[in-house]
Amino acid sequence: MSVTEMFSHIQGFLSADQDIREDIRKVVQMLEQTAREILTVLQSVHQPSGFKEIPSKCARARELFCTVRTTIADLKTKFPMEQYYRFHEHWRFVLQRLVFLATFVVYLETEALVIREEVAKILGIEVVREKGFHLDVEDYLAGVLIMASELSRLAVNSVTSGDYTRPLRISNFINELDSGFRLLNLKNDPLRKRYDGLKYDVKKIEEVVYDLSIRGLTKEAETSGGDK
Amino acid sequence: MNRREGEGGSRRNADAAQDREASAQSSSPVIAAFKVFQQELDTKHDKHERLVKISRDVTIESKRTIFLLHRVTSVPNAEDILNEAELKLDAVRQKIGQIAEELRGEDIFQFHRAFTGGIQEYVEAASFLHYIRHRSLISLEEINARLVFMKSEKEDSEGPADTLQPGGQVLTFQVSPSDYLLGVADLTGELMRMCISSVGNGDIDTPFQLSQFLRQIHDGFSYIGNTGPYEVSKKLHVLRQSLGKVEDACYALRVRGSEIPKHMLADVFSSRTTHMEPEEGVV
Repeated sequence: MSVTEMFSHIQGFLSADQDIREDIRKVVQMLEQTAREILTVLQSVHQPSGFKEIPSKCARARELFCTVRTTIADLKTKFPMEQYYRFHEHWRFVLQRLVFLATFVVYLETEALVIREEVAKILGIEVVREKGFHLDVEDYLAGVLIMASELSRLAVNSVTSGDYTRPLRISNFINELDSGFRLLNLKNDPLRKRYDGLKYDVKKIEEVVYDLSIRGLTKEAETSGGDK
Repeated sequence: MNRREGEGGSRRNADAAQDREASAQSSSPVIAAFKVFQQELDTKHDKHERLVKISRDVTIESKRTIFLLHRVTSVPNAEDILNEAELKLDAVRQKIGQIAEELRGEDIFQFHRAFTGGIQEYVEAASFLHYIRHRSLISLEEINARLVFMKSEKEDSEGPADTLQPGGQVLTFQVSPSDYLLGVADLTGELMRMCISSVGNGDIDTPFQLSQFLRQIHDGFSYIGNTGPYEVSKKLHVLRQSLGKVEDACYALRVRGSEIPKHMLADVFSSRTTHMEPEEGVV
């Protein structure tokens, strides 16, 4: 094989690779669009009026997740499944956002941490690599960390709109998450960097809880909660 | 005093850890989930570390092979050196077999970053040896064809087993096209060195052969242009420099070759090489 032949052979590989990337990019753009729509729907929970509408907002978000599932099904057809990690970078960011949105919806509905299997089901993907397009554990954890900072914001805003019990529940939840993350031996990678931000979220929520408790607002909430 | 403080501190830490452990166990579902994640991440990181280690070994041995091959120009019986290099590369291939073993059943690209350096260096060494032997570019298929491993060590205990099903024990390692390209780009640096040193030894033919070969490779890379991975375009710059040096050497040989007696060529070019040395950044 001559040098020229060899190089045109390789060129064939490279342009096929580029075509795949082009296709993936288009689908990922659609995913990003839907993710932004879901985020807009969910952002309204920070509004004072939004707290009563949480169930309806979540229902709306769940509808939008149907679009996500079809788009991801489309994405799956764009490349050979055993080369997931070759193109991982293209959808890594949006997948983390979607995990965040899914965990946030489930938190608003049930106030519990959604397990990875459940997130995968919401997004219409697998958990185990062997079965196809899957949710990488690091992406799942990154999404959970994004949710933690969203919750610290929610704690502040719920006080503003007069809901004094929510911060306490968020505080318990975040503390549990924090001790969960403490179990992990993270390397010096993007996930670790994100995890380092978790302590600020924890701190912020603790401050909110402190402010509420020195003013006796938590007790009031407890008694009123007991009345119910 | 100091020690007591230390003990107290460690005991307090242990207590705190125990408390945490206790509270962790009480709130099971989240913690249980994270324990699974912990295991999963640790397994992945361990595998990554092992691959990095093997890759370093591959790099070092390949580099040594390249140094060995550079001695070819100054030694009368090149065949001995080539055979020795072949042996060394066999050892390197065994290491790559270990990489293939680690990657069995995994997605190759998940760990690609861990071993890409070693593989590129191996491609460089293998293609250099191939060039010296055959004066041609080794193809990606030829490289991959030599990276087929028979997994026999584990089956040793039950000898007849692997004769029964030899097909199931074959492991292959596929060098990706971009790793191949990057390895070939590094090869050009070695060829440039070989050219200069062969001139130093009074070899007139090799530089011309080399300049032709390098030009072909350069044309090939220009053909690929920026469709390749990002690193390729970076290496293209270094490639141009190497080609320039080789072409200059050929020019000097053509112009002055007829004037200078052969035994003095070495002096002419050794002074050239010394003033070229600082600007070559190729390893």
